[in-house]
Amino acid sequence: MNPLIKMFLIFAKIGTFTLGGGYAMIPLIQKEVVEKNKWIEEEEFIDIIALSQTVPGALAINASTYIGYRLFGIWGGIIGCLGTMLPSVIIILIVATFFTQFQKISLIQAIFKGIRPAVVALILVAVIKLSKSIPTNRLYILWILTSVIGISVFHIHPILIIIFSGILGYKLFKGDKDHGSDC
Amino acid sequence: MEVIVKIFFTFIKIGAFSFGGGLAMLPFIEKEIVYNHQWITSEEFVDIIAIAQMTPGPIAINSSTFVGYKVQGIIGAMVGSIGIVIPSFILIIILAKYFTNMKDNKATKAVFKGIRPAVLGLILSAAISVGKTALLDMKSVLIALIVLFLLKKVNLHPILAIVVAGIMGAILY
Repeated sequence: MNPLIKMFLIFAKIGTFTLGGGYAMIPLIQKEVVEKNKWIEEEEFIDIIALSQTVPGALAINASTYIGYRLFGIWGGIIGCLGTMLPSVIIILIVATFFTQFQKISLIQAIFKGIRPAVVALILVAVIKLSKSIPTNRLYILWILTSVIGISVFHIHPILIIIFSGILGYKLFKGDKDHGSDC
Repeated sequence: MEVIVKIFFTFIKIGAFSFGGGLAMLPFIEKEIVYNHQWITSEEFVDIIAIAQMTPGPIAINSSTFVGYKVQGIIGAMVGSIGIVIPSFILIIILAKYFTNMKDNKATKAVFKGIRPAVLGLILSAAISVGKTALLDMKSVLIALIVLFLLKKVNLHPILAIVVAGIMGAILY
């Protein structure tokens, strides 16, 4: 299969099953793009999430555009972006045309009540998998925890956390000779 | 025609100024669509948000498609959803272009060594915030634990995990 079409279908599949907000997409991209197709390594995937966060717009769209561009250039970017968008657009059009009371259907509500807790588990597992690409020392664990507390407890904007961590990383690691994993 | 152009530029504006994605975009959309242009009422907006959250895909895309459709039918939906992604699309391409060139640079490497743990924390925070609204009773905790088990022990595909969870939801609730 043409790799662009393959990527389009993968992102369309991811878009179809991303329920419960943009972050729910991370486990799906991780599985399809990193684990199954090995298009991108875990480390770079984390970097892409960071970069996607620094630009306005939906995380899912930003990440799929980036991955598409990184793999196949500008057309890859367009195809990645459209692939992620298309299922949502089609489903919304169907809902808007035929089910104006969609959100009040009790079966839909029940299904959704089941999916939301699963999203929590999915994201947790994705974090565990991705954490294998960074060194497991006290500094990094403390860093992760600080970031969690900053966002969840003090509601600091994620962009500020990313910028600050970048500056700190530069100060701490600029002298390192080693590339990538140093554990 | 004039309305279509207006929808397009309004969504470009929303797309350009909404950092943080998803739910962070909703107040911008509300201000532009409900108050500035009065294309839909605030009751309709509340319904649209509920639907946007219960259909697959990013909330920003869902709500812009829906609002576009309400205002100007299928064409409105296309224009709305394309408009909202244009700013981030352009910025991401520029960013990707530059970043690919400086990825192996020593300073960039140091910066990203610091960013990676922060991003993991950020994703973890997303799990916490979804958890706050999703894990409300024993049934939901049970679903989360079953899915966690299936993912970790059986290495179930995330899509299957979502389908299984949806079925459990339909049965339990």
